[in-house]
Amino acid sequence: MEYWRWQEYHRIFSEKKWKNKDIITAGVDVGSVGSKAAILIDGEVYSWGVMRTGSNSPDSAKKALDWAMEGTGLRVNDFKYIVGTGYGRVNVPMANKAITEIACHAKGANYIWGPSVRTVLDVGGQDIKAIHCDETGRVTSFLMNDKCAAGTGRGMEVFADLLKIPIEKIGEVSLNVEEEPPPVSCTCVAFAKTEAMGLLRKGWSKEKVLAAYTHAMAIRMGNLVKRVGLEKEFVITGGQSKNIGIVSRIETALGVKCLPMPDWRDNGLDPMIAGAIGAALFGKALYEKAQKS
Amino acid sequence: MITVGIDLGTQTVKAVVLKDGAVVSRGKAFSGFDPAKSAQQAVDEALKEAKFSLSDVNHVTATGSGMEMAPNANSTISMMGADAQAGVFLFPKARTIIDVGAEEARAVKCDDNGIMMDFVVNERCAAGAGAFIEAMARALEVKLEDMGPLSLKAERASPINASCVIFGESDVVTLIHRQESKPEIARAIFDAMADRISSMVHRLGVNPDVVLVGGVAKDVGFVASLKRKLSIDVLIPEYPEYAGALGAALVAVRRAKKV
Repeated sequence: MEYWRWQEYHRIFSEKKWKNKDIITAGVDVGSVGSKAAILIDGEVYSWGVMRTGSNSPDSAKKALDWAMEGTGLRVNDFKYIVGTGYGRVNVPMANKAITEIACHAKGANYIWGPSVRTVLDVGGQDIKAIHCDETGRVTSFLMNDKCAAGTGRGMEVFADLLKIPIEKIGEVSLNVEEEPPPVSCTCVAFAKTEAMGLLRKGWSKEKVLAAYTHAMAIRMGNLVKRVGLEKEFVITGGQSKNIGIVSRIETALGVKCLPMPDWRDNGLDPMIAGAIGAALFGKALYEKAQKS
Repeated sequence: MITVGIDLGTQTVKAVVLKDGAVVSRGKAFSGFDPAKSAQQAVDEALKEAKFSLSDVNHVTATGSGMEMAPNANSTISMMGADAQAGVFLFPKARTIIDVGAEEARAVKCDDNGIMMDFVVNERCAAGAGAFIEAMARALEVKLEDMGPLSLKAERASPINASCVIFGESDVVTLIHRQESKPEIARAIFDAMADRISSMVHRLGVNPDVVLVGGVAKDVGFVASLKRKLSIDVLIPEYPEYAGALGAALVAVRRAKKV
C-alpha cells in the first residue's frame, strides 16, 4: 500500500448550469506535488479537480483541467480565459497567462473566507508561503522558503510511508499523544527517514514520532508567519491545511485560531484549490479588461 | 597488540582492525534498522579476514553518529577526533581533514600529532552531503557510480537551485524536460555541493595539506569540483570511507597502552 498517496477528487456544483454567453474561466495550479484546476462561471466556482502532479508539468496541467471538466460538458474552447499558476505555471500549455501562486492564493483565500482575511499561510508539497493581503485579496507583502524544503508536505509523505499511516489520517494520529514531545531537531525532508528511524529505535511510539515531527514543522511555519507579521483574520491554504495536527500546532505556536476550514464535502470548497480559484478569478478580470479595450 | 575501530555511520558501518598500529583488515555493512547488529557484522568480517577472534582484541573504540550503539566497545571518540587521527596517520603533513559522508559533512583542523584543534559541521541539511548526490542520481535516472564520470564530460554546468535536495530534484526534472544534457546537470550538482563544502572549509581556514575522506571522496565528479572550488590540491587515501574507523582504531592503540 502507498500510504503517502492521497485521494484525488473532483466536484461539480450541478445546481449551476453554464451557457455560452457566460464568462467561463479556469485556473490551473500546477504544484510540485498536487495539480489543481478550478472552473468559474461569472466569478463563481462551478467545478474543480485535484490530482497528483506527474513528472511532466504540461501533462499534469492538462490532466487536472480535464479532471475539473469531467461531466460538465465543457470543452477547452468554451473558456474565455485560462490562467496558469503554481510551481509549474510556465508549463500550462492552454493558459492565456501565468500569474504567481502568491497572488492567486491571496485572491482565492479572499473568495473562500471573505474580505476579513489578512494573513494567508499556504503550505504545499515543497513550499511554505506567508502572505499579507488587503480586503480585496491583493498581496501587500509575503515571505517564502526559497532555500530549504524543511517543514513542507513532502516530509509528511515520507513519514506516512515509513510509519505505514495513510496520509489523510496523519494529523489525527499525531495528536494521539498524552504529552506533546519536544520537536525533532532536524526537519530536512531528505533526512526525515533517518530522523524517524532513530526515534523509533529509541522506543518511541509512532504517534510520538509523528507528534515530534509535526511539532517541528508547525514551529517552522509559525516562524515564517511571525516574520511576515501576523494580522487577523488568519487562514491556512494548501494540502497541509487539511492536517489537523499541523493546524492545531500552528495555532498554539501563534496563539491565535485560524478561520475554520470550510467543510468542502458540504459546500464544495477546498483550501487546497485556493490558488486555482484565485487564478480563475484573475482570468475573469483579465478577460473583462480585454473586452473593454 | 590488536585494536579495532568501528564507525557507525547513518548509511554504512565500517570496521578496521590494526595489529601493532598497522592496518590488517577492513569490514563494512549497511546500517539498516539495527546498527548494533550491522556493526557486529562489519567487525566479524574484518576479524575473520585478519584471522583473529574477538578475544584477541585489546581495545575497541567506536565513532560515528551511532557510536553509543556499538557492541563490545571499550571507548568512544568523536567523529572529528577520529578524522584528525586518521588524516595525519595517512598523510603526515595533513592539517585540514574534510569528511563528506552520506548525511553529514565536516572539516577538521588538526596539529602534527593528529589532535583536533577546531572543526565545522554541516549536519542539518542534506544539500551538503552524499544524500544529495544520491537523490539527484535518482532524479537523473543515472547510477550513483556513473554520476562522477558523467559529470567530467561536461564543459559547463546547468543552472540549478541546489540549496535543497527537494528543490534540486524538481529542478533536475525541469532541466531534463528542457533537454539539457545529463553531464551538464551532473556537473551542476557536484559544483553546487562543492560550493557548500568549500564555504564550510573556508570558515575554518584552508591549511595545507588538505585531505578528503568519507564515502563521497570516492566520487571523481565531486573531487574534481572541490579541487576547482578550493583552488588547491586535495589528497585522497586509498580507502577514504574507512577513515573514521581507522581513526578510532588508532585511538584504541593509545588507550590500550594506557591500561
